Amino acid sequence: MEADLRPRPVASTAAAGSTPPPRRPRSGWRDRISRVEVRWSPYLFIVPFFVIFAVFGLFPLVYTAYVSLHDWTITGAGEFVGLDNYVTLFGDPDFWNSVYNTLGMLVLATVPQLLMALVLASLLNQRLRGVTFLRMGVLLPIVTSVAAVGIVFSQVFDRDAGMVNGLLGLVNVDAVDWRADKWSSWSAIATMVNWRWTGYNALIYLAAMQAIPRDLYEAATVDGAGKVRQFWSITVPNIRPAIVFTVIMSTIAGMQLFTEPLIFGQGSFAISGGSLRQFQTVSMYMFEKAFRDFDYGYGSAVAWMIFLLITVLGVVNFLITRRSR
Amino acid sequence: MRKTQPLLHATLLVGIALSAFPLYWLFVVATRSNDVVGDWPPPLAPGPNLWDNVGRLFAAEDANFLLGMWNSLLTSAVVTVSVVFFSSLAGFAFAKLKFRGRNGLLLVILATMMIPVQMGIIPLYMIMVELGWQNRMEAIIVPALVSAFGVFLMRQYAEQAVPDELIEAARIDGCSTFRIFWSIVLPALRPGAAVLALTTFMGTWNEFLWPLAVLEADNPTVQFSLSQLSTTYYTDYTLMFTGALVATVPLLLVFLAFGRQIIGGIMEGAVKA
Repeated sequence: MEADLRPRPVASTAAAGSTPPPRRPRSGWRDRISRVEVRWSPYLFIVPFFVIFAVFGLFPLVYTAYVSLHDWTITGAGEFVGLDNYVTLFGDPDFWNSVYNTLGMLVLATVPQLLMALVLASLLNQRLRGVTFLRMGVLLPIVTSVAAVGIVFSQVFDRDAGMVNGLLGLVNVDAVDWRADKWSSWSAIATMVNWRWTGYNALIYLAAMQAIPRDLYEAATVDGAGKVRQFWSITVPNIRPAIVFTVIMSTIAGMQLFTEPLIFGQGSFAISGGSLRQFQTVSMYMFEKAFRDFDYGYGSAVAWMIFLLITVLGVVNFLITRRSR
Repeated sequence: MRKTQPLLHATLLVGIALSAFPLYWLFVVATRSNDVVGDWPPPLAPGPNLWDNVGRLFAAEDANFLLGMWNSLLTSAVVTVSVVFFSSLAGFAFAKLKFRGRNGLLLVILATMMIPVQMGIIPLYMIMVELGWQNRMEAIIVPALVSAFGVFLMRQYAEQAVPDELIEAARIDGCSTFRIFWSIVLPALRPGAAVLALTTFMGTWNEFLWPLAVLEADNPTVQFSLSQLSTTYYTDYTLMFTGALVATVPLLLVFLAFGRQIIGGIMEGAVKA
């Protein structure tokens, strides 16, 4: 499709580009070409985007709804079943378990991450030497390839050989089988997410903090407000938009958590999030239904529920942040 | 204000150490042999086994690691060039050209930007079956050739980076719109395009769910190879760590070369999580 589209603007370039400067009077047809060119080239510019986007982006989104209303498997479309898939889904304990797991990890990953990012950003906002070095340092985690993060932390949280259990042993705490239970596996997975994204969020906060006028702090100091008081009464309210942005982005990302728990799972129970589904997320459940059980209709219903959950959480976020204004 | 703050520096250094440690640990284990991995205290200095491990990694049959690296390099490169080009083109049109339906179409882009990829993955898979693209790189590359976020980003950038007067002047001189784009707009967009390129490259490199759905283990991307390692060889820690290290090296190189731009991009809100 590129080959089909590109020659046209180039061709019109040649036509209009060779139009001589006004010294020679323009002939009528050249004028007309250039008017047509000005009018239609914007569409040519956006067409490549919209064609690919429509076929591989928008269409699948809409079609997911259609598929979810059918008894659809790998052998092809079956009959229209209305909302049957959704009815089954609402009574499906494995689905609700995956929702519960996802929300649990979302809280464990988002709250500490954003709090640590706030602290880190306010530290970075002081006068410091080696600013670039420090900023690159806190960003190292997001340049670690995502499956690599999963592999490293799977070992760090290993029951027998893991470093965390080793450290716990130093303070006489018994080794934890991190994969075995909900809370332990959630914590391990949330640690990966926290580690990977804290620095990124800190830089977003830092950018917002640098836009706060210095004299606000000077005035507060004159009034006798301490550093902590200044942080909560000046810094936090002033970077509110950045906080809202990071909360929403982390929520959307958290609802789609997939790679980290999958790698953490190891072995044959990977996609089900452990032998008892103790850390299976909704994304993993959708993947299991669609690409392991080949139940496309049911998988599509799960996909729509993910979307619905994200929307609901978005609205909740919005209402909370608006009320706390 | 001028006095040095040792406590502050110490806290920050601890923070940096925590954020760097897993990467360092990745490197240490990748240079070791398996019999020291479970040791306590754990080995903290690199060992001599890196090249052995790399050799074993490339020879590990189930992982197809070299092919995975090649596929990911190819995919990330093509997708990056394409996303930057088409995003600049469309972003410029949305920012600086007047046409009917402009606002409506922009709204479509905005509305779909936040919708998770998983939403459309099942029909996308069906499309690939129709096209016969299962287990082929086209399935990974073609849907990623354009990005709604990229268009939005370049629109925002073009809005402030390209003066209207410059475009008017070029028009009066008889430049065609594409000529204006190529000779005036694209150079002005370069900093924004660099940020988009970097994040697109990293994002494509890290893509996991969709390759896992549409590819097979004999033609993987690098993240797929890593997941193969972690399911098939999960007792062989040095092998997994070596894979994870090698898969991170291209991103680290990009980061070392363009770290400042990435930081600038994040701080301007131009890098999506």
